[in-house]
Amino acid sequence: MISVRNLHKSFGDQHVLRGIDVDLQPGKCNLIIGLSGSGKTVMLKSILGLIQPDEGTILYDGRNLRQMEHSDARKVRQEMGMVFQGSALFTSQSIEENVRLPLDFFTRMSAAEKKERVRFCLERVRIENAAHKYPAELSGGMQKRVAIARAIVLNPKYLFCDEPNSGLDPETSLVIDALIQDITHEYGMTTVINTHDMNSVLEIGEHVLLLKGGEKVWEGTNDEILEAENPAVVDYVFRSNLMKRVRTALSGQ
Amino acid sequence: MIYRFFAELGAYWLFLRQVFRRPERFAEYRKAFWRDVDSLGVKTLPLVAIISLFMGAVVTIQTALNLEDPLIPRYYIAIAVRESILLEFAPTIVSLILAGIVGSNISGSIGNMRITEQIDALEVMGINPAGFLVLPKIVANVLFSPILLIFSMEGGLVGGYLAGWWLGLLSPCEFLFGLRLEFQPFYIAYSVFKMTVFAFFIASVSSFFGYRVKGGPLEVGHASTQAVISTILAIILFNYILTNLILQ
Repeated sequence: MISVRNLHKSFGDQHVLRGIDVDLQPGKCNLIIGLSGSGKTVMLKSILGLIQPDEGTILYDGRNLRQMEHSDARKVRQEMGMVFQGSALFTSQSIEENVRLPLDFFTRMSAAEKKERVRFCLERVRIENAAHKYPAELSGGMQKRVAIARAIVLNPKYLFCDEPNSGLDPETSLVIDALIQDITHEYGMTTVINTHDMNSVLEIGEHVLLLKGGEKVWEGTNDEILEAENPAVVDYVFRSNLMKRVRTALSGQ
Repeated sequence: MIYRFFAELGAYWLFLRQVFRRPERFAEYRKAFWRDVDSLGVKTLPLVAIISLFMGAVVTIQTALNLEDPLIPRYYIAIAVRESILLEFAPTIVSLILAGIVGSNISGSIGNMRITEQIDALEVMGINPAGFLVLPKIVANVLFSPILLIFSMEGGLVGGYLAGWWLGLLSPCEFLFGLRLEFQPFYIAYSVFKMTVFAFFIASVSSFFGYRVKGGPLEVGHASTQAVISTILAIILFNYILTNLILQ
């Protein structure tokens, strides 16, 4: 479990995160949602340690990354996998090399064992035929799969995804969502997903956190979100015409 | 302005501390080192050779034009060419050219990695991105620079020899005699040392500007320009300091 307590972050005069408290649950897809500028990415990057928060603590199963020695913090980092918005694959390396990189750095596996592990991960995301291709030769959806394969290659305890559906068509988005959810359940990972895609919220949002103006305004599940009375949730969820129709249909029931 | 200069200098120092942190896995750094030797060193050899060849030819022609007095032996042209190439042209001019070619390549590639979150990806994995991306480049550039320098020196002298011979400025015998006359091997060591220092600046300053890019492709281009300008200024400044310290 990742516990976030009283998280604050400002950039100059702009107070981006205003005292967020949340427990991100293991074995579940924890979704951080909100409008653009609500502080989702800053919160995710703060949890990851890519941004130093001004105040507050983040505990990974009770361990505080900021208070650790560099070598200990590095060990915790090896328990993290991250799928970036743009996939962040190393363009000069083949798919196989991209996925193998964490193994090269942090394991004592033999070359054959590494090859087998990479093959397993690529198979798991159903992209085993692309091992010798380069990122530029793959579509956006395939790059996302490779990014997921790279993120899970070290069997992480925590998986982070920043807008995993950004730039993908609805069908591919559903496939990626399903893949992330399957992997989360299979390995019992604490998965944190930053998104504003309502499809993802309804499909895999086992624990949803709504941010507005840098504050947590609602917390619940995908089943609860459609019936929530909180005005911020109603405003966010039923903003589109499609969702307004869903709401009308729901209230008709 | 002065405050900003010292702030930048401090940021550069902190960056170098991050670069020289103990590598997580030497084998991976070694692989990156050989890749960088190829891209930053071996691939620039032909260009350095061509530039040096013509530089040597031009220096020979200009020196010959300025030494037309019949009382001055023709082999003095070769001595002047040798001293110019060994002491200044090979280490400094080639470094300035490399600052443009290699420097912009380094800052562009690292800057691109920054804006596409590849550097963040390394950091999340627990890899020290500054160390993994920059240290092999610095080591490759510094260790390969003497080879580039020797190539440049040879190219310059061969260019001078050919120009003197083809244009009838001095005979091959005169040129070779002049080259050997009162030759001081220390000049080679001095040039190698200077080139090594310049190579360090080319790799580290360019990486520094690329590493801290924020924004998009436009900012990467801007960082590359800044990197080249700063590297050139550092080379010129340290050329003066080292010449003053070592040759005076």
